[in-house]
Amino acid sequence: MAQPRVQWFKFSSPPNFYDLSGRLIPWFGGLAAILCVAGLYVGFVVAPPDYQQGDSYRIMFIHVPAAWMSMFLYVLMAVYAAIGLIWRVKTAEVMAKAIAPTGALFAFLCLWTGALWGKPTWGTYWVWDARLTSQLILLFLYLGYMALHGAIEDRQRAANASAVLALAGVVNVPIIYFSVVWWNTLHQGASITVTSAPTMETVMFVALMLMTFACWMYAIAVVLWRARLELLERERRAKWVLERMGGKA
Amino acid sequence: MMEFLAMGGHGPFVWGSYGAALLVLVGEMIWLRRRRIALRRQLARLARLQESPPP
Amino acid sequence: MSALLRALMALLRRDLLLAMRRRQDALVVLGFFVVVVSLFPLGVGPDPQLLRSMAPGVLWVSALLATMLSLERLFADDFRDGSLEQLLLTPQPLPLLVLMKILAHWLVTGLPLVLISPLLGMQLNLDGTEIAVLMMALLLGTPILSLVGAIGAGLTLGLRGGGVLISLLILPLYVPALIMGAGAVDAVMYGSSPDAHLSLLAALLIFTLLLAPWAIAAALRIMLD
Repeated sequence: MAQPRVQWFKFSSPPNFYDLSGRLIPWFGGLAAILCVAGLYVGFVVAPPDYQQGDSYRIMFIHVPAAWMSMFLYVLMAVYAAIGLIWRVKTAEVMAKAIAPTGALFAFLCLWTGALWGKPTWGTYWVWDARLTSQLILLFLYLGYMALHGAIEDRQRAANASAVLALAGVVNVPIIYFSVVWWNTLHQGASITVTSAPTMETVMFVALMLMTFACWMYAIAVVLWRARLELLERERRAKWVLERMGGKA
Repeated sequence: MMEFLAMGGHGPFVWGSYGAALLVLVGEMIWLRRRRIALRRQLARLARLQESPPP
Repeated sequence: MSALLRALMALLRRDLLLAMRRRQDALVVLGFFVVVVSLFPLGVGPDPQLLRSMAPGVLWVSALLATMLSLERLFADDFRDGSLEQLLLTPQPLPLLVLMKILAHWLVTGLPLVLISPLLGMQLNLDGTEIAVLMMALLLGTPILSLVGAIGAGLTLGLRGGGVLISLLILPLYVPALIMGAGAVDAVMYGSSPDAHLSLLAALLIFTLLLAPWAIAAALRIMLD
């Protein structure tokens, strides 16, 4: 009996992707809400105040996940962009475009919460700390990607051009990070010595993990949601869109 | 409850960050919802046009 | 091999000839660099010690902006009169042809920045060794700026407001070169040796030299398909 060939590309065909993601989004959304509530409960009620920073360290439960998400989403965006560019997979191009705004929002959130965390602990809102600076540059990379994507009318060309930019960016992210860390250690004397995250008690770590997965689920739900809209916009003339959209106001 | 909100004196910073997080994340969802409604209306009109083209 | 070499040399000669005929473009970039650097003391104050400590950053950021200014025209003229499409149709490998165009662009805009930097270094009262290191760093750095900038120029071909868009796309990618370039002069000012910075800058140059032409070729193919 012939082994059924795994159709890798079954779910990459727009209608299948549209229907499948439509079914998955509520699950991811629900999971994100549950994990978030659990994470906040553990983070704010169960976890004790830190002996050094008091309660301001609780900002970490949103700051650190936002930082991880912004970096992870950028790499994921570059992977989807590469797939779209090399194998012309339309849904991959749509996914890459759908990830960028959420990634940028996480980068902005990371900077915002980093600044608010910095004020009580280091005394100033903005510290040219290596990680914060790299986050700032990552935000610029996101903005550049979205600006280029928006500036080109033809959708296919916009997707390909921004894919090249995303790949150029992802190759540079490690170089930027290490040069910024290197730059920071050289000028260490000038800036305030940065205290690392407080020693992790297990309960704090649990809260951090819960919040990280909550952000992850949230990101999947939102990105899939935006991808479906992008797909509809892009395939507005396709038959499968008319079937699903026909008549319903 | 008040003491919980005070966050050991760091209240404004903690709630400032979580407030921003709430604003950003909920805002993104609202933005997407508005975009979905507008897109649905547009596509529905397109579908109706295709089914019964105006004379 | 000689056919390829001849083609590359012909392209280089053509671009240099074109640049010489429109010398005004190159002078504008140079003028911009000089004016921007001279503006800083007016903004910050004439205190020599302060200017000295700011000199590497000011010089490098200005060189970066000056290169940014000249990027838009890198492909724009050839794109408008169609010769860029001819370039894509030639049998020679596109990345090499693109490399020649960037070499021509660097010779016309990058190199002059290096040659005039001592003058501006003195203006911000850097002494002999610091200026030598500055020139070395700029010599290694400006090709990186041209190469990475050409990716942006390729990606924004034919777009309205492409010039401004290039800066948003490319400035984040300039950060490593800026840090190492300015760091080299900074190191020598505080007595430590700039070798680490310069070798890293050279490594970055080789890395960019290898990867950028492919990205630019891909960008051109996309924007001109």
